Amino acid sequence: MAETPSRARRAPDPDPDRPVSTARMVATLYGSRLRSQASFRTSFLADVLGQVLIVGTEFLELWVILSQVSTLGGMTLPQVAVVYGLGALAFGIGDLFFGEIDGLSATIKSGTLETLLIRPVPMLLQISSLDLSLRRIGRIVVGLAMYVVALGIAGFDPTAATLVLAVIAPLAGAAIFGALFTLAGAMQFWLVDGREFANAFTYGGNYVATTPGAVFALPMRAFFTFVIPATLIAYAPTLALLELPGPALIPTGAGWLGAPAAVLAWILAALLWRAGIRRYTGAGG
Amino acid sequence: MPPYWSIASASFRQYSTYRMATAAGVFTNTIFGFIRASIMFAAITSAGGELSGYTIAQAATYVWLGQALLAPIEAFGTREVSQRVHQGDIAIDLLRPTPFLGLYYAQKLGRSSFLLLGRGVPPLAVGAIVTGLALPTDPRSYLLGTLSLLLAITLAFLADMLVNLAAFWLLETRGLTVVYTAVMNLLSGFLIPIVWFPDWLLAIARATPFPSMIQTPIDTLSGRIAPAEALGLVAVQVGWVAALALAAHLVLTAGVRSVEVQGG
Repeated sequence: MAETPSRARRAPDPDPDRPVSTARMVATLYGSRLRSQASFRTSFLADVLGQVLIVGTEFLELWVILSQVSTLGGMTLPQVAVVYGLGALAFGIGDLFFGEIDGLSATIKSGTLETLLIRPVPMLLQISSLDLSLRRIGRIVVGLAMYVVALGIAGFDPTAATLVLAVIAPLAGAAIFGALFTLAGAMQFWLVDGREFANAFTYGGNYVATTPGAVFALPMRAFFTFVIPATLIAYAPTLALLELPGPALIPTGAGWLGAPAAVLAWILAALLWRAGIRRYTGAGG
Repeated sequence: MPPYWSIASASFRQYSTYRMATAAGVFTNTIFGFIRASIMFAAITSAGGELSGYTIAQAATYVWLGQALLAPIEAFGTREVSQRVHQGDIAIDLLRPTPFLGLYYAQKLGRSSFLLLGRGVPPLAVGAIVTGLALPTDPRSYLLGTLSLLLAITLAFLADMLVNLAAFWLLETRGLTVVYTAVMNLLSGFLIPIVWFPDWLLAIARATPFPSMIQTPIDTLSGRIAPAEALGLVAVQVGWVAALALAAHLVLTAGVRSVEVQGG
């Protein structure tokens, strides 16, 4: 920091009005949000603990079932824990960056979207950074810990390929959740009061993603694989990582389909988001 | 009585206005019902057709009744009262001729009646068609079940009110709401039946009012627990209602004494 003035003296900016680079803008926007939230320590800690507790009770549901029966959807407790940890990690990252977009209808109703529209910064980046909730780190930390520990217990035998998959899978899953949240937000340009529809795919997608996919009957499994790619987020990669046979429709090799599914989902999300912004006419004055 | 009736029916009408939101809620509730049913069916199938007293049909009934109760119980908590405390609007509520708790209870009953009919019954109907339900043959189960449901809604209202009233002393109650709903969803038997819990967790659950909010009305309405036995559970609900009503009254009195509203 102390260097900046001297460097500025040595090489004066040729054009002070030149637009700020995107990378710089992203760093500034997210940095300011992180600093502001981290400054309220007690509130921040309570929020993080609350998140950890929620993740804990969610997993307890699976743990209680597996204390009664030996396998759920053909998976043992450590294997289910890999699915759950990976799903929670992916959802946590997606939720951190895009989780507030599904509250877009409130912004539309109150007419505050105009304020964002007139700024020379992409709208999606503004919403994402404005509403970044650091408390969601709770879910990410628990998910990551569970993912790594459960992989060890479940007997993960890494090869170069599966090691790459183990790293790509949570990121691809986070991208899929991010696209789902963006689709959910974009949908609200048309269905202002229909916000809850989207919960079936975002939070419902999280529920499916953190569950062994084999428990679902074929029509549901097909829907949550080909329409909403929830089973490709954690269940399919777990099958590939642990070299387990998959059920009908989700072969072991499907574990690699998370990244392509994320790309497809984002293309759709970006198109719908653009169409929504174009359609928006404003409500406030 | 008339003011309460007007308040309740106004609250019913207020919620019935948002048809799109209701349709969206029904859709999401139904999808979640199918996800939950799938997990339970898989567990019961791998246990050989029955798990701690639950067959597939009973599990289906448990899931769909739970989805039906989710909205009227408001299992995700409300924040209205705590926000009114923060904004000082609580002063207006306290000035009204209707007692504070009575006012909000009447609103809750009106709202819950709509939420039960509008958001609860449709997923239950879908469930009955797709997975089937195990319904009781004894008419007393329906009678007791209805009473148990009313008590459960009352209990959920009182507990939620206590969480909200903490706003008199806490600056931020969001964390408390989050913790409360997480604990409530688990211990009430909403996520999985409490009889599936290991003994230590079951003991903890039974020592709290939470099972009286969801597990008891479901067990009574579905007839999984015979009416004679259910009578005891309903008595437990009455006990919790009395205890929490007293607590809510005391907390409100103490809160009103400590509250300081700026401006006028």
